[in-house]
Amino acid sequence: MSALLQIKNVTKKYGGLTANNDISFDVAENEILSVIGPNGAGKSTLFKMISSFVPTTSGEVLYRGERISNLKPHTVARKGVVRTFQETTIFKSMTVRESVVVAQHLRAKASLAGYFWGSKTARQDVESFGRYADELLEFLGMDSIADELASNLPQGNLRALGIAIGLATDPKVLLLDEPFAGMNHDETMRMVDLVRSVRDERGVTVMLVEHDMPAVMKISDRIVVLNFGEKIAEGSPSEIQNNEKVIEAYLGSADDEIGM
Amino acid sequence: MNFSAKQILGVAVFLLVIFVGVPMFIAATGRWDFYFTLTSVALLAIASAGVWLTFYIGRINIGQGAFALVGAYVSAILVVKAGWSFWISLPAAGLFAALVAVLLGLPILRLRGVYFAMITLVLTQVATLTALALPITNGAKGITNIPLPSGVSLFGLTLIPDFGQLENTRMAFYFTACILMIITYAALYRLVNSRLGHLCRSMQQNEELASSIGVNITYIRILIFAISSFFGGIGGAMFGSISQSVYPATFVVKDSVDFMLNCFLGGLGYVFGPMLGTLLIYFGWDLLFEFGKYQLLIYSTILIVVIRFLPDGLLSIRFGKGEKK
Ligand SMILES: Nc1ncnc2c1ncn2[C@@H]1O[C@H](COP(=O)(O)OP(=O)(O)OP(=O)(O)O)[C@@H](O)[C@H]1O
Ligand SMILES: [Mg+2]
Repeated sequence: MSALLQIKNVTKKYGGLTANNDISFDVAENEILSVIGPNGAGKSTLFKMISSFVPTTSGEVLYRGERISNLKPHTVARKGVVRTFQETTIFKSMTVRESVVVAQHLRAKASLAGYFWGSKTARQDVESFGRYADELLEFLGMDSIADELASNLPQGNLRALGIAIGLATDPKVLLLDEPFAGMNHDETMRMVDLVRSVRDERGVTVMLVEHDMPAVMKISDRIVVLNFGEKIAEGSPSEIQNNEKVIEAYLGSADDEIGM
Repeated sequence: MNFSAKQILGVAVFLLVIFVGVPMFIAATGRWDFYFTLTSVALLAIASAGVWLTFYIGRINIGQGAFALVGAYVSAILVVKAGWSFWISLPAAGLFAALVAVLLGLPILRLRGVYFAMITLVLTQVATLTALALPITNGAKGITNIPLPSGVSLFGLTLIPDFGQLENTRMAFYFTACILMIITYAALYRLVNSRLGHLCRSMQQNEELASSIGVNITYIRILIFAISSFFGGIGGAMFGSISQSVYPATFVVKDSVDFMLNCFLGGLGYVFGPMLGTLLIYFGWDLLFEFGKYQLLIYSTILIVVIRFLPDGLLSIRFGKGEKK
């Protein structure tokens, strides 16, 4: 197993609170790895450090052997490591299609000035962005809502739009923070299949944080479990389901269930 | 880009009015002072275009007066002290204002909302005080007797006539200002509808998400603020040349506030909003002169009513919700 992403002894302290304590694990290329744990375990914090939205207190994250932690979010995105947000974050007054078009800007071949003057390369870019947007939205089954304003979408579709925006950047690693939140069972199962096909057909390595245990068990190749900022387990879905520490962690918290 | 027949017609009518209609009207009525008024409107509209652009990245800019003042001084100093042609000093003034914007923008563009607005509000006052303090700007006496723009010729062909030799300088300035204004708004329209404009929109709506898709928001912010201030510098430089003088109080805080109001009034969703806003505010203020001491009261009330009931600006009446020009 060659590690695409290496999380090495990552620690995050917020004042006296240790949100992540000395976390280490590897993510292999083309893997779907879930990070689970009770509320406040430090899952989102870990994702924010991997995408350089917050700096680490100590430790580092390597992508293909190169450090990507403690940089700027856009620099990490440019390298191909892109995150979506736990909170619903969209471009409110853009349509679904416009959002997916603007998210492709990293693939632009022409310069900003080229776009201003309308150079040939720029026109080709615009055309290819449009084509790819249509293709991507069809792939995601969102073509029927392509011209809807993002702010008019129902919750389930907003999540999907977040994923579409992330995918439009053509990432190598996609970090999805609670992608199935607000979706009903059918929508979740459809998204699970979709994320798998994103990995299978587009070669995207996926890390995700999720509370929906049946979905996590179905989608993941491997699972990392956090509790109070510590990594308490790592392994295949069946290993995690039978892990003593994990069961204990989940029994200890009232509002979560591991769904076994 | 494809333009609809309606848009082309609109632009044609607009050009006809400013380049044929207005001169004919002035010739017929003998109101030559109108040239000066309309020239001022055109130049203020250029500066307002810059303010509008900073709104486009989600920042309320109440500091354009500072950049207009910088532009006015740079051009005046280059023409009077260094003997440059006005036509070279004009872009130089814009570029200098843009440079100042980059240096100031690096720290202040991190601020958002009311904090950025307050800082920019202070800028104009700082610019005035700087102009009072520096030796090169001549303190309170300002720079006066700025020569009129000289001619430009290439291979014996007169491209721009010497303004000093012209019979009708006011008309020449009017045409120059209108042409500059048209170039400014054409550039703005183009910018907004190109990739840079789309990136600005993404930042305006959600900076975090924009950076997660790889937008270098710091860079774009600074670039936009620089372009915005470039427009301010150009407007200011041209203004100084017309009045043939620059004083520390040529642009004051009220001007900065007006630039911002021009944008609000015309509509932040419309590229041509600030142009309309500038025209209305300029004439509105003058018309209210009759009300004496109640001028400011009535003026402010009208503005508050407009902003309250037409949050998307006056142009939203015509174009309806959501549609963009
Ligand atoms: N900016 C911050 N400042 C201070 N404390 C923070 C900050 N961000 C997160 N925390 C704290 O760090 C801990 C981990 O938070 P985090 O958001 O990573 O949890 P999580 O595992 O994603 O939880 P959830 O499942 O509820 O999303 C929490 O106790 C949280 O209160
Ligand atoms: Mg979280």
